[in-house]
Order: sequence, then C-alpha cells, then structure tokens
Amino acid sequence: MKTDSLRRSYMITKCVTYFFLILGAIIMVFPFVWMILTSSKTVPESMQIPPTIFPKQIMADNFKDAIASLPFANLYWNTILMVLFRVLCAVLFSSMAGYAFAKLKFRGKNILFGIVLVQMSLPSQIFIIPQYQMVAKMGMANTIFALVFPGLVSAFGVFFLRQTYMSIPEEVGEAAYLDGCNQWQTFYKVMFPLTTTSVAALTIFTAVFAYGDLMWPLVVNSDLKMMTLSSGLSTLKGQFTTNFPVLMAGSILAMLPMVVLYLIFQRQFVEGIAGTGGK
Amino acid sequence: MKQKLTPAERREENWGWIMVAPTIIGLVVLNLWPFVQTLYASFCEHLGFGHYKFIGVQNYIDMFGNAEFWKATWNTVYFCILTVPVGVALALMIALLLNAKVKFKGGFRTIFFLPLVCAPAAVAMVWRWIFNGEYGILNQILGMKIQWITNPRTAILAVAIVSVWSSVGYDAVLLLAGLQNISKTLYEANSIDGAGKIRQFFTITLPMVSPTLFSVMIMRLMASMKIYDLIYMMADDTNPALVDMQSLMYLFYRSSFVAGDRGYGSAIVIWTVGLILLVTLIQFWGQKKWVTYDI
Repeated sequence: MKTDSLRRSYMITKCVTYFFLILGAIIMVFPFVWMILTSSKTVPESMQIPPTIFPKQIMADNFKDAIASLPFANLYWNTILMVLFRVLCAVLFSSMAGYAFAKLKFRGKNILFGIVLVQMSLPSQIFIIPQYQMVAKMGMANTIFALVFPGLVSAFGVFFLRQTYMSIPEEVGEAAYLDGCNQWQTFYKVMFPLTTTSVAALTIFTAVFAYGDLMWPLVVNSDLKMMTLSSGLSTLKGQFTTNFPVLMAGSILAMLPMVVLYLIFQRQFVEGIAGTGGK
Repeated sequence: MKQKLTPAERREENWGWIMVAPTIIGLVVLNLWPFVQTLYASFCEHLGFGHYKFIGVQNYIDMFGNAEFWKATWNTVYFCILTVPVGVALALMIALLLNAKVKFKGGFRTIFFLPLVCAPAAVAMVWRWIFNGEYGILNQILGMKIQWITNPRTAILAVAIVSVWSSVGYDAVLLLAGLQNISKTLYEANSIDGAGKIRQFFTITLPMVSPTLFSVMIMRLMASMKIYDLIYMMADDTNPALVDMQSLMYLFYRSSFVAGDRGYGSAIVIWTVGLILLVTLIQFWGQKKWVTYDI
C-alpha cells in the first residue's frame, strides 16, 4: 500500500516537472519559431487576422529585401574582425597580466591590481564619451579600430585568468624554472597551455559580449558600411516600420552566425559563460 | 624594508612589470583617465568638438530640476523591481526543475540558454513583432488589443518581459551549478527525519544555494540598472510612451550623442553609477539577514 502511494506521488512529481519544463521550453523557443515563420510571409499575409501559422509559400524574397537595404556582407565582415581582434587582445594581454599577478613578485602589484578591480566594478558607459572623443581626435571614427578600441584590454579577463593561474600549483612553475626556462618561457611554454579551458571560456564570453554590444558601435561608427550586425540591424527598424517579414529576415541574418556557433559548441558555450560568472 | 634584490628577484620583477604593462597602460588610457574626464565633464558645459567650459554644479542643478530625468530614474528602478525578483525566482524554479532527474537535461539547458547568444538588437526586433498592437501574435492569443509598446502603462512591462525572457536561462544555469554543489547526504539525513519536500526546500536547498542566489541577484540588478539596448530597439523617437519607458542609460545616450550635451550626459552617468553603488551596498548589507555562508 505504502509503496503504491509513494510511486503515485513520484509519478505526479515527474509529470509536473516535465509539464513546466516543456512549457518553459515552448515559451523560450516560440519567438524564434515565429520569427522564422514570419520571415517567409508576404506583408499582407503577416497582417492577416486571424494569423496563418505556416506561411503559404517558402520564399527568400524578404531575405533579398533585407540584404538590399543593409550591406550585410560588410556587417558580417566588420563584426567578425571586431570579435576576432577583441578576443585576441583579451586573451593575449589578460593571460600575460593574469600570470604575472598570480605568480610573480614585483613592487606595485597590489596597486596595479587595484586598477583592474576598479575598472571591473564601473559600468562601461562611464567611459564612453571620453573614449569616443579619443577615437574622434585620432580621426579613427568609422573604422574597425574604433570598434575594437574599448576592448583592447579586458580587466575582467585579467581577473578571471589570474584566478586560473592561482589554481596551478607553484611546483609546476618551479620545475620549469629549474629546467632553465626564464619567466617568459615558463609562461608561454608551460603555464599558458594549462589554461586552455579558461581561455576558451574567456574567448566565448568576450565574443558573445562584443557581438551583442549596441551602444558603442552606434556611437562610434555612423557609416552604415562600417556598422556591426547589431548596430546595422537597429537601423532597419526605422526603414521598415510595418514590414515585419523583412525585419524578421534581417534579424535571422543578424543572429545566425552566433546561433550556429552556439549549436555546434553548446557545452563550451554554456559552461564557458556560466563558468566566467558573468560580468 | 629596503632590501637588496637578488638578480633572480630583479629579473622576476622586471618580467612582472613587462607582462602587466599592456593591460595597465590600456586600463589607464581607456578607463582610468576617461573616468576622471567624465567626472570633470559633469561639471562642464560642452561647447562642441570636445571642448568644455567649467560651470560648477549647474548640470546637476538642471538634472535634479528636470522631470524627465526623475521619470527616467523611476523607470530604471521600476524596471529593476519588475525584472530582478521575478527573473531570479523564475530562474531558481527552472534550476530546481533541471536539478531533478529528467531526460534531455542538456537539451533543455541549451534551449533556455539560447537567447543569451542572440544579439539583444535581434531579440528585441522579434519581440516588437510579437508585441505589435495591431497584428502581434500576443494580442491574437490573448484576444485583446493592447498597445504594448506605445501605451505608457505597459511599455516598461513589455521591455521587462523581454529582459526576463533573455536572461532567465543564464541565471538558471548559474543557480543549477549552485544546486549541484549541495551534498546529497544532507537530503538523505533529512528525509530520514521524515521532512516533506517543501520543508526540505526551505531548510536545506534555499540556505545552501543562498550565496549563489545572492551573486545572481547582484549581477541581475547591475545589468537591469544599466538597461539600454532593449529600450533603444523597442522605443522609437515617435513613440508616445518614450518618456515613460526610457531608462537612465537611454537618457544618457540621447543627451550625450543625440542632443550632443555631453556635460549633462556625464552628470547622468555619474548619477547612475552612484545609484548602482547605493543599491549594491544596500544588497550587501541586507544579505546578512538571509545568505548562509557557513556549511
């Protein structure tokens, strides 16, 4: 009797769990599905009441219109370069500094690390006006360099990789040092290769953040040909106020690269971004 | 404390300086100096082309006397009230569901996490369509005619829904990691005592996960205080509800880069940072009452 009621309550718990998980999953996926379905409808069909669920035809016209009104080739290229350079800078400089802060003794270390902490705790908007003025003064507005500029160094990356290097036992470095490596060789031949998981996490985190950033690209690159996917897409809402099929097609084109990467590297993305603890 | 360094120690010190140099130079040029400049600019009038004239606290006087500014401050606080408690509670629920023995756990995790990798600009565009007053699918499902984005009373709510939808999976993954760290033996000992599931949640799960819960809340709060991109995408200059949905950071953007009043914009951003600091301090003070750190 007892086992029977236990089993029943177990089954009920299970059903309730799945019910809410599936409901949640539907809510999460629905906007994407609706975006894809709408992107193949004509404007009159998208405005039909009651709405059609599946488009009457599968067509690429809306994508053609989106590409005709936004220079997507440029946007992809700019976004790829921006993300690439930001990731390279973040990984290279943060690894170096993270290693030094974790493993080396030098005067001024605490004060210098204090600068890292101060930057981390301030929102990036507080730097934007002066950063923009620097870029403008250098005559570098509307360039790839301008897009990369605030991401040349990453305080968060330094903080994060310092923790990784601190978790590597001292003996590893000492052994390399006794083998005749100098500090630089110890760093890049022995220590750096041990941090690949963290470097991957930092790479993903930096890339996702840079990809989605909107305010900086809008401020610094006003030329449509020099925009990123995010800032370029945002100009589309002024062009097509009621043509939602084209807006959906544009949104798909803008989010596609990162979503594809995400679906390929799901585990690395989830664990990488969650592992960095966010910013 | 003046000690002669051995040659090896000296070399180590030099390497240390060389290796932190790019980062430190970068941070000073890109962040520390701009921070000082923003602080100074908040006491200046922008004359154009990056030239400033010192005018004392005039920007702050203007700001505190401006109804639009106070509205934006309230909107930001209101947005936090709408997103943080609900968002974190939903994230905890999802984490608890995922922590049970379920099939396709990885699949669910992937789905809930998906909005995070989508650019907010694209996400907001999709939701504009869902919220559309005439033809939006949400009104069709509800059988209503709510002007979600242009009605002053629902505009912020609409942005808050998108924000929670975007971030809930990420928060859930962080909380799930916290839940998985709770030792199973705690539950076993407890269930021998005959405690029910609900009591178990309040006596074991909640206290044990409270440090993670706290850090997720702080993070979500900071992000919500800085909300900008979703509002930029969902509001247009012609939106009648613009003043009712604009956040401090959106007002900062409009003042500094659309109106070009960079002194005033700097004052807004300084105020926002002060507000973030204040709210964070209150949270840290309040955590003593509910966060358990001892195991």
